[in-house]
Amino acid sequence: MSGVAFSTTDAVDFLVLGAGAAGGVVAKELATAGFRVVVLEQGPYLHEGDYSHDEIKYTFQPGLTNDPKVQPITYRKSDADRARPMKAIEYGRQVGGGSVHFTANYWRFHESDFRERSLCGAVSGADLRDWPIAYADLEPYYTKAEYELGISGLAGANPFEAPRSKPYPLPPITVKSSGVLFDRATKKLGLHPFPAPVAILSEPYQGRAPCVNCGFCESFGCEMGAKSSTLVSVIPLAEKTGRCEIRPECYVRKIELDDAGRATGVIYFDRKRREIFQRAKVVFVCTNGVETPKLLLMSKSNRFPEGLANSSGFVGKYLMWDNGAAAQGLFEHPLNEYKGIQVTRLIHDYYATDPKRGFYGGGGIDARFDYYPAGFALHGLPPEAPKWGSEFKQMFETYFNRTMMLLSHSTSLAQVKNTVSLDPDLKDAWGLPAVRITFDYHPDDVATMKWLLTKQIEILEAAGALKTWSQPFDMVDNMPSRHLMGTCRMGNDPGTSIVNAYSRTHDVPNLFLVDGSNFVTSGRQQPTATIQALAYRAADYAVRAARRGDLS
Amino acid sequence: MAVRPDVLSALQHAHTVAGSPIPHFETLDAGTAGEIEAIAARIIPSTGGAGAREAGVIYFIDRALSTFAADDRETYRTGTAQLQQKRKELFPNSTTISSLTGEQQMTLIRAIETSSFFELLRTHTVLGFLGNPSYGGNRGESGWKQIGFEGQMAYQPPFGYYDEQAEEEKK
Repeated sequence: MSGVAFSTTDAVDFLVLGAGAAGGVVAKELATAGFRVVVLEQGPYLHEGDYSHDEIKYTFQPGLTNDPKVQPITYRKSDADRARPMKAIEYGRQVGGGSVHFTANYWRFHESDFRERSLCGAVSGADLRDWPIAYADLEPYYTKAEYELGISGLAGANPFEAPRSKPYPLPPITVKSSGVLFDRATKKLGLHPFPAPVAILSEPYQGRAPCVNCGFCESFGCEMGAKSSTLVSVIPLAEKTGRCEIRPECYVRKIELDDAGRATGVIYFDRKRREIFQRAKVVFVCTNGVETPKLLLMSKSNRFPEGLANSSGFVGKYLMWDNGAAAQGLFEHPLNEYKGIQVTRLIHDYYATDPKRGFYGGGGIDARFDYYPAGFALHGLPPEAPKWGSEFKQMFETYFNRTMMLLSHSTSLAQVKNTVSLDPDLKDAWGLPAVRITFDYHPDDVATMKWLLTKQIEILEAAGALKTWSQPFDMVDNMPSRHLMGTCRMGNDPGTSIVNAYSRTHDVPNLFLVDGSNFVTSGRQQPTATIQALAYRAADYAVRAARRGDLS
Repeated sequence: MAVRPDVLSALQHAHTVAGSPIPHFETLDAGTAGEIEAIAARIIPSTGGAGAREAGVIYFIDRALSTFAADDRETYRTGTAQLQQKRKELFPNSTTISSLTGEQQMTLIRAIETSSFFELLRTHTVLGFLGNPSYGGNRGESGWKQIGFEGQMAYQPPFGYYDEQAEEEKK
């Protein structure tokens, strides 16, 4: 835990809200540049020794994610409906945030992701736009992230990837049986499989031990410290400076402004639910694509009656979802997919939008197994499998080690009607408004998932599957969205976007927002690499601006 | 830096010994426990090796109802009452679920298998069979043994048939 402790009345140089994928990076960059930093994190400060392979704790209970019992969420399909309580979204809630419990897929965006409006034209019912930055603007920061955090992969293996200035710092992780079967099948079909880039160490790196193939990545904290979360990579570097205080279990309810319209600090609840005001010269909000707009919407003032930095009215709009569909196959011999990291091979052949398909969108497909024993018996069998009895038992016993999954990760179009707002009725355990999610799929997103599913089945069949099946792809009702994107868009026009090309708000000069909320398009999911590249870039800009006195 | 074997073996040990099953009930009375166990043993029967009964699923359920699933107690109370009502309807001369024949128990389950109580009991039975043994079920890792899950803290490749085959082909 932090050695340094700043006074709440001391206006620290930077206050960072959220110690996750973005906040951890920002804190490290600012502290190592010589600034005094306080980081406020909603969740606890845990370490490797606090984690375990407990499926019930981490997948059937909130574990490392938001707990709807204390922070309820409501969901509705459209604003004509009444929202009902449902855990529609999920995020990591501890120091390290989602980078602690994520599956660790680490895809860079493609060049096309930043200019799809120019490439594809307008899409009816959506607000598809180009980003104000190009891939080339982010490339140095993707590289920096890969080297500082520790990413394993094979440069050049994906013929569709954008140019990179350096190879991955670490070689790919050992392939598992799903990866071998996927390799063979996709090559047979003329496709281009490549080793999955992952935020997991394949070899010792910067004093950290490599992966031991235990298989408990998705939804779990890594007991070996081999998963390259900000918790084990950059946050220790931030603390080592003696200028960064990580303050866990602090729940921010409002960002305060002075008469000149500048942020002065935040009011938060500490672990004893006392209200504290922390002063700061500059505020960075890195609390994710749902919590960031929620905090802005709660931070109302005379100057910003509709929420802070919301002169455009677009804070909380354009929520983009964690789209994708699952297909599974049963094989003759044991794969023992529970051993090793979840994903070892994937393709980007269907990544780009192809007008010949008749709809906007595309995606990647990976070979994986992300079930643990009980979850597999309950949710992993073919839909027609019996739910109880000797045949049920016999099926989960024989299928568990012989099944693999192909999962697609596909586009989610920005639609103004898909929003994060404050529930008018329901409150959380601190008396703050519950988050209300309004979301429905764009028809092109559904068409993309359906089309990719036919390709997934084709690959499973080419791999020699004895039997294939798919899960329902309307995931809103089945699984919460974990990729929270688009709700504080980046853009050059203050009338239609919240932050500029450096994640600085148009409305408040000393307020930055950087996390998934900045995204203008969804890419093909797997947003963590881009979130962290944006965080490095925003921090770099803030350091230069602060040094020339532009932020004070 | 390689993986420290002492750290790994300590983790493995902690993982193996975590919690031993408690041989008495904390939440349920023995009669109710016997009735619920009779249903759990039909959800995961003992055919072809250990089932819910051998894995001690009922101890898992009992402990769950006083810990993480305490909110489900009312569902169990009303659910078992409705189950007994249904048993009396179907088999008027019977006295308990556990004393019904196997065929009769399955007939009873078919009559309630779409209820939310049954889905909850099914979920808890599977969790008690395949969840971490520290919760009181999956005794001696009997559930894990049935599915071939080794429950180790680390694995060495090859993991499965196909990656081993690919490795052989390279040689």
